[in-house]
Amino acid sequence: MAVSKQQALLEFLLRMGDTSLILGHRMSEWCGHAPILEEDIALANTALDLIGQTQLWLGYAAEVQGEDKTADDLAFLRDAWDFRNLLLAELPNGDFGRTIMRKFLFDAFQSVLLGRLLTSTDTTVREIAEKASKEAAYHLERSADTVVALGDGTEESHDKMQAALDRLWPYVGEMFESDAYDAVLVKAGIAPDPASLRAEFDTLVTKVIRRATLDLPEDAFSHSGGRSGRMHTEHLGHLLTQMQWLQRAYPGNRW
Amino acid sequence: MAATRLSGQPVVSETALSRTWSGTFPAHEFPDQFRDCTPSDGNAMTRPSIDQIWQWLDAVPDPEIPVISLVDLGIIRDVGFEGDTCVVTVTPTYSGCPATAIINLDIETALRAKGLDRIELRRQLSPAWTTDWLSDKGRARLEDYGIAPPQPAGGPQRCPRCGGTHLEKLSQFGSTPCKAQWRCKDCLEPFDYFKCI
Repeated sequence: MAVSKQQALLEFLLRMGDTSLILGHRMSEWCGHAPILEEDIALANTALDLIGQTQLWLGYAAEVQGEDKTADDLAFLRDAWDFRNLLLAELPNGDFGRTIMRKFLFDAFQSVLLGRLLTSTDTTVREIAEKASKEAAYHLERSADTVVALGDGTEESHDKMQAALDRLWPYVGEMFESDAYDAVLVKAGIAPDPASLRAEFDTLVTKVIRRATLDLPEDAFSHSGGRSGRMHTEHLGHLLTQMQWLQRAYPGNRW
Repeated sequence: MAATRLSGQPVVSETALSRTWSGTFPAHEFPDQFRDCTPSDGNAMTRPSIDQIWQWLDAVPDPEIPVISLVDLGIIRDVGFEGDTCVVTVTPTYSGCPATAIINLDIETALRAKGLDRIELRRQLSPAWTTDWLSDKGRARLEDYGIAPPQPAGGPQRCPRCGGTHLEKLSQFGSTPCKAQWRCKDCLEPFDYFKCI
């Protein structure tokens, strides 16, 4: 498959934007349901940051695509097979512990990735990364602290966090997959090879998981198909029906 | 957040995803009657100085923390003229901050009220906004208002209500994207802390 630089850039921007969008939507599902008010506000704030980053990634994606579309079109008018988010992002929230564990795994990956994107040869990618990395660092601080507090908490909270980690770990491997698009991006200096981020991610995650008195699963099996668009889980379609409902029912309607 | 134009017509919200990445924000078209705020002697107004425009912008309050101005907040990065167009460069505090759209509208409304009718708002992402850009005046006003100003140490220096220094963090996030929730253990009151980023 011969991939042009523009195709690779578009694919990359969709992967970044879709993961932020879908995870941002999942986090927003907690609004009004969190265990305490402070957590409710915090979860909604992290969702807001992710949606803000989505505007930047998908806005640039629409520009690169050059079909006179907007970030809104990409977010609300594509179907499941066009989404390029990590499977990790689309899984249902589960309980509060699993929500926090998922956010931690994502934050760890995102902070490593955004750090590397600060030296992208693409000016806009670099500028978005600069903005997003500050927010990601703040999110990581919170999610890591909360993973430790709950993992090293009561027997019940510890067991719930271990169960969350066991459940989510098979979705971590997809973050580090490389394909033909990545090869073009690496060559052009736009984005790093995802595989090259793994060591830094493992160091960061291992440190926090140990402090949380949890055990990293040993099984290296990994689900995939989200960032390539080959096969999403059944959960994405359900999410989209809710997220896209208004634009589908009332096309072009605005706030 | 239903903003209303001066004319009473609803404003199209810029919280929609598509509004925020265009590189520039096109100036809104204002109804004709508002063009009357330009001098009525038939002559084009004298172009205001850049300093004058900064002063006007320093009178525009932050929509969510009205005791400080947009200039105090450090989000106005540049003001200048390109031909007849007044170009104001604005950087967002947080990428998802819902106040961004209102801020842009407020800037434009304020400048139009002063007689400028060719205005372009330009968004700048880099260098990313930092709380180091808050003015000293802004910091003092935040504290008077009950919001502890940001500190490099990562937490408030003292309680903005009683000045107490026995403080605890309640949550890294607060009522707006730029704030966290803390509590004073001396006076037992909770308060907002302006996050340091």
